[in-house]
Amino acid sequence: MKSLPCDGSSKIDAVPRATPIAIRYVPDAMTLEATPAPSEQKLLERLLAGEEQAYEELVRSYGGRMLAVARRFLPVEEDARDAVQDAFLSAFRSIHRFEGNARLSTWLHRIVVNAALMKLRTRRRHPEQSIDDLLPGYLEDGHFERPASPWRTDGLDPAEEHELRELVLRSIHSLPEGHRNVLLLRDIEGLDTEEAADLLQISPGAVKTRLHRARQALRELLEPHLRERSAS
Amino acid sequence: MKCREFVEFLMEYLDGALGESERRVFECHIEDCPACVNYLETYRETVRLGHSVCTPDAEVPPDVPEELVQAILSARHPKR
Repeated sequence: MKSLPCDGSSKIDAVPRATPIAIRYVPDAMTLEATPAPSEQKLLERLLAGEEQAYEELVRSYGGRMLAVARRFLPVEEDARDAVQDAFLSAFRSIHRFEGNARLSTWLHRIVVNAALMKLRTRRRHPEQSIDDLLPGYLEDGHFERPASPWRTDGLDPAEEHELRELVLRSIHSLPEGHRNVLLLRDIEGLDTEEAADLLQISPGAVKTRLHRARQALRELLEPHLRERSAS
Repeated sequence: MKCREFVEFLMEYLDGALGESERRVFECHIEDCPACVNYLETYRETVRLGHSVCTPDAEVPPDVPEELVQAILSARHPKR
């Protein structure tokens, strides 16, 4: 675990302001409440007052959720933890900029996504695995090599639900990084094409192409499991 | 239209980005191709599943490792 300076010299300086625009960067479920919950408001007041215990409470209350978000982007645990640490240090430095018109959890969520992407950008790059093998195959006449079958993903018991959730997460993680990140930002984090392009520093056209290919690949990875489920 | 073209333009179709005549060709193909109907439905389901497993309500947040908590708090006061 590394230690970062907390004097503004960290490489992460793009901490978002908690404006209504920032709300667009979070999953739908988090947009339902755009103002701080009462417990968040009290914690915020204590943070702004510089109360030491409040900082620890912030880390313990929100660290687990932030680690889950970081792990989606950074499968290596040490990288994910580093991103969470970077995110908290950025949040500590910028807490005075939190304007109180969004939820604290929403603001922290956005910061950890930014920190994870920053970590990806600064990490040593490996050659991108091709996604072509994960795309559907076609016969010479343009029809599917293996026609798609219906899936059954409802009416599952809790154990099956858990199994399905693990399968989906595993499959997302197995996508090539460049495609996985687009899928995470667009379909999971709810960013629009322009926002994702800006964060990933690629063109909007590349975002669209990668998103469609990532969805196709994810579908192919899920198909044998969910098809079997429908046959059983 | 072949299945390959159907898949190529599927996202634009779902986003409502196809022109009127292209959309009609697309929908004619769906009427005659059960495999593409299944593909369309399972593509939609893929997007829904990806989103649903990662929403805060679906996730049990992991505990924060104590060493991570301590590292963050220590880094807040690096000179102490």
